Amino acid sequence: MSTDTVDRPGEIHARPVRHPGRWVALVIIAILVAMLISSFITNPKWDWGFAFQIMQQKPVINGLWKGTILGTIGAMILGIVLGVILAVMRLSENPVLRGVSFAYTWFFRAMPRYVLLAFMGGAIALLYREFDIGVPFGQQIAGALGLSTDLTFWSFSWNDISSTIWVGILGLGLSEAAYMAEIARAGILSVDKGQGEAAQALGMSPGQAMRRIILPQAMRVIVPPTGNETIAMVKDTSLFIAASIITELYFQAYGFGQRSFKIVPGFMAAVMWYLIVCSILMVGQSYLERYFGRGFGAQAPTKRERKVKDLLSRTGDH
Amino acid sequence: MADMPLVHAVNVTKSFGDNQVLKGIDMDVHKGEVVCFLGPSGSGKTTFLRCINQLETINGGRIWVDGELMGYADKGGVLHRLHDKEIARQRREIGMVFQRFNLFPHKTVLDNIIEAPVQVKGEKKAEVTVRAKELLERVGLADKPLAYPGQLSGGQQQRVAIARALAMRPKLMLFDEPTSALDPELVGEVLTVMRELAKEGMTMIVVTHEMAFARDVADRVVFMDGGVVVEQGDPKQVINNPQHERTQTFLRRMQSEHEQAVAAVADPLGLTQDS
Repeated sequence: MSTDTVDRPGEIHARPVRHPGRWVALVIIAILVAMLISSFITNPKWDWGFAFQIMQQKPVINGLWKGTILGTIGAMILGIVLGVILAVMRLSENPVLRGVSFAYTWFFRAMPRYVLLAFMGGAIALLYREFDIGVPFGQQIAGALGLSTDLTFWSFSWNDISSTIWVGILGLGLSEAAYMAEIARAGILSVDKGQGEAAQALGMSPGQAMRRIILPQAMRVIVPPTGNETIAMVKDTSLFIAASIITELYFQAYGFGQRSFKIVPGFMAAVMWYLIVCSILMVGQSYLERYFGRGFGAQAPTKRERKVKDLLSRTGDH
Repeated sequence: MADMPLVHAVNVTKSFGDNQVLKGIDMDVHKGEVVCFLGPSGSGKTTFLRCINQLETINGGRIWVDGELMGYADKGGVLHRLHDKEIARQRREIGMVFQRFNLFPHKTVLDNIIEAPVQVKGEKKAEVTVRAKELLERVGLADKPLAYPGQLSGGQQQRVAIARALAMRPKLMLFDEPTSALDPELVGEVLTVMRELAKEGMTMIVVTHEMAFARDVADRVVFMDGGVVVEQGDPKQVINNPQHERTQTFLRRMQSEHEQAVAAVADPLGLTQDS
């Protein structure tokens, strides 16, 4: 072992590995992109100017907000709430609840969304014109007892909501719940068993342990696929037409192009709006992932942590 | 009533499927007593601990904690299983420390400690926070209230876990191999906190492999093997002069493992001294 510093190897200034393949790929892709852009500019059928005009039309914007976005939000809220309930049911000790959850998931996973929406738009009104909320078999009971009332408290006609966004939200939400149930179940199962035990040992009821300890940790596993589901839901709102819901982005944009005999700009108007909405959602997703991933691994501190740290460092200055 | 033991277990049996893990345990632990459970793995000592606060349901026998029958209501000689919420209430005054800490990773150290007093007992957050800070000081972590468990060492996490259990003001503390998941150099800091706790008069039941801790701190040592209590008594008596053959074998093996562990640390040091 020599201690002579002259002979000891110093800092490394090595030549990097060359990557000729990357340069070849870059050239090929640059050529393809140039061809595409040139086509965008030179082929008059793209008609970007008109596409941008369609994007700003009132019915299209209306369809975007009140159909696509409202439909996505509504269906996802319904899907997540119902899905988490189904997941908890599926993991419960009650065999009836487990069975119901399984049957629900089985049915709605097998049902194509287009078919489901078409059924809700077309068939339910034929089966049940009115929905009555009241005592089960109230009409029969009232008839047998000779009562003047039929024990119905509230009723509504399906026709009042058919072809409205509510049917779309209901259809897509019910379908989404089946998928969210599986996602939530995987999330709950991913939480270490010791977490529930620690919560119970502290005197929490099973419900408290689920809400305060297990679900928040399950969210770390639930959020990323839920983001994907939300983005997929934005696109699935284009199926609304199956239930004759026309206040929706794609139907409106495409209809605009069709009426003006400019099909391509109609398509492109919808495509660009979908790209914009999905891009925004992806940014939101990454924020959510960071929030629910707190306490796991190294990452940027959340806003609240930064605030608290700020506060502490300021008070430390005195 | 003054002589009523804090924990009074009679003929406790517990099976997992066909495997009977506890074969009739009788055990009294008095207020202020520190009892250490020793024994080979699979002897049932951890299971018995978990039966006391009903993380496991017993198949036979009875366990009373502070005069209250755990898990059941005795109505004229017929036992009725208690509702989950009732069981949760019974657990409130029994603190438990786990081998793998089981801190809530999504909450800060402070939030871990105040969670149960606020959510379970409905105490005011501000009051519990003051108490939590005192507890953190007691376990030597006054500077860590805003850290997440993942940012702490194992020894620090276990000390937070002890503080978390103490925040509920328990009258009994259960320790399930609290130092077994720790690196050897971190064991001492946790044992120090436990020694302090014992000195303050906390009733403690400790499942452990730390012979020195059992000998110095425990009022009584219980040696379990094969689901039964083989031998129990004064720590020095049981550890230095075991009467039963199974106890002798176990302690000999622990002793040789300890010597090997010491050698494993010392050998590399020896090498560095040679060069």
